[in-house]
Amino acid sequence: MRSDVTHIAPSRAWAGIALSPVWHSRELFAFLCWRSIKVRYKQAAIGVGWVVLQPLLTMLVFTVIFGKLAQLPSDNVPYPVFAFSALVPWTFFSQALSRGGTSLVTDASLLTKVYFPRVLIPLASCTTPLVDFVLSLVILLGLMAWYGIAPTWHVVFAPVFVLLLWLTALACSLWFAPLNVRYRDVGHALPFVTQIWMYGSPVLYSAAMIPERWRTLYSLNPVGGALEGFRWALLGTAPPSPGTVATSAALVLIALAAGSVYFRRQERNFADIV
Amino acid sequence: MSLTAIRAAGLSKQYFVPGARPRSDSIRDEAVDRVKALLGRGGSRDSADLFWALRDVSFDVNAGDVVGVVGRNGSGKSTLLKILSRITEPTEGTADIHGRVGSLLEVGTGFDRELTGRENIYLSGAILGMRRAETRRKFDEIVAFAEVERFIDTPVKRYSSGMFLRLAFAVAAHLESEILLLDEVLAVGDANFQRKCLGKMEEVAGVGRTVLFVSHNLGAISRFCRTCIWLDRGVLKAYGPAADVVGTYLSRTGGTQDVGVLVFPDDDTAPGSEYIRLLGARIVNHRDEITTAPDARYPFHVDIEYRILRKSSGLRIGVTLLGRDGTPLLATKDLDVLPEDLERAPGRYVSRCEFPGELLNTGQFFVSIGSDTPMQQSHFFLDRALRLTLEHVGGVGGHTADGRVGLIRMRMNWQMSSVP
Repeated sequence: MRSDVTHIAPSRAWAGIALSPVWHSRELFAFLCWRSIKVRYKQAAIGVGWVVLQPLLTMLVFTVIFGKLAQLPSDNVPYPVFAFSALVPWTFFSQALSRGGTSLVTDASLLTKVYFPRVLIPLASCTTPLVDFVLSLVILLGLMAWYGIAPTWHVVFAPVFVLLLWLTALACSLWFAPLNVRYRDVGHALPFVTQIWMYGSPVLYSAAMIPERWRTLYSLNPVGGALEGFRWALLGTAPPSPGTVATSAALVLIALAAGSVYFRRQERNFADIV
Repeated sequence: MSLTAIRAAGLSKQYFVPGARPRSDSIRDEAVDRVKALLGRGGSRDSADLFWALRDVSFDVNAGDVVGVVGRNGSGKSTLLKILSRITEPTEGTADIHGRVGSLLEVGTGFDRELTGRENIYLSGAILGMRRAETRRKFDEIVAFAEVERFIDTPVKRYSSGMFLRLAFAVAAHLESEILLLDEVLAVGDANFQRKCLGKMEEVAGVGRTVLFVSHNLGAISRFCRTCIWLDRGVLKAYGPAADVVGTYLSRTGGTQDVGVLVFPDDDTAPGSEYIRLLGARIVNHRDEITTAPDARYPFHVDIEYRILRKSSGLRIGVTLLGRDGTPLLATKDLDVLPEDLERAPGRYVSRCEFPGELLNTGQFFVSIGSDTPMQQSHFFLDRALRLTLEHVGGVGGHTADGRVGLIRMRMNWQMSSVP
């Protein structure tokens, strides 16, 4: 009955998250994902309806205010489709960020009672909004059909941009979730950060509207490139420059690596201070 | 078979505790502290706020051992279990654990309150790294042990605390782990379930699994554990055969216990004479649970367990009840009601003295126990052997909840008649 030896010792200062225990716990990961989906919809009267309703209503509001009243240009695509095609991936990102960022505190009872690779918690929280994403993607396709827009062959690139969004949310969660364990301020600040972030990304306007001299700064936002790319893949609007996407990807990978070290440094204290 | 299951070497855990200075809970506080630290006005981590919950603890546990862990509250017992289960990291020192670790720390394990009993069983399995199929094989056994068949598809947040604990224990004990860490599982639950738990623990150890068992129930520890660890203020005071360690622990801590039980090993060191040897004493409430805090409304018992070594007649077992300040309130002997020349043959006995409910007021009392043969010999006498705290449960007679002065809270007879 003897299996591997576990060695318990104070952890070294500069280590990243070990990946093999995470891979070993993939079944637990699946369970945590399934659990959060179940808990999320169980006590809501219209359940899954919320997933669809939320971005749809936001799209309507945006269409009225920014499409009709402000007459924002929308790259020769009907404004509702233009807005919705970015709102769907944006909603995925913001959900992943807000749930990932508060995940450790939400699951404090697990942290203080049992051991498992801690990173599974933000990882699962960032991943489960994918379910919502797929559902609202169906609505998006329906909306496109309604307006008679067919996706181009670029659509094969769409998953790449979703992956980029997911990684961005994960990288942020690796920073925010441990911070939130220590300072609950993070939980209060997150919705605000998300809101600002949305206005800093091409959700309700086109990136082409950004003045030339601000472009470099603007392209540092990895979400911007991903949203532009997603919209391009589906609707064939102007593509993001390859440079922007490459910069975004590089930034996200750096944040992810640093976040992994930070998370590892903090996780030993989770159970003591949460 | 003496393979090592756990090898702890110099385990230490330092906590940063809100002692002299409140902890900074917001970034603003912390920022203020950091600035102060920079200006040299009190570092952000004063050494006064640092406290060693565990200090240089080393021991080896062989596979298949059942090890008790005793110590006062705050002696580091729970910290030790948390480190061994990897919930928290040691500040210094190392531990090698051979095999998977299942744990039940405090009441309520890693259950998700929103999920049903069934789902929580699978969750616990997944946390231990078991495949679904493996968990499924154990499923029926767990449910049967926990006696929650009817509620298995109910969210555990609707479980009674008893059901919750039963399921938690069943999961910890039945899932495939080579090492089982249990913290105060016997502190709750009825006597029936406690017996079941202890039985299961023995069975678990019988198949070569290792159990580390923190409890205030010294009776259970000396009965079920081969060896015992005694922690005192984070330091390992003793580690050896359970009977010895429990005996020393009791004698060093002055006999007066935070627990409603007193246990002596069945050997020459136990109090007694050539006629009788004291084995233990305990306070048992009306629900048959060992406790320090019986409910003042209901009867409770003081049980005294002993071995008669030589046939004796006229030997008495006695209990003296004292107030908090040591004032004797009453003394009672078993021969007050049993025949005066009662004969006891060699063997093991329990004498039970029942205190009625609605007699003692809430508050603290002491119980001394002793045995003598009148006019001949005193066999043993333990002053203030047990401490008990009668709990506040409302007023006399249950009508109003006002507190009353005095040591006694009997319901007296009252009559009223109108005067013409």
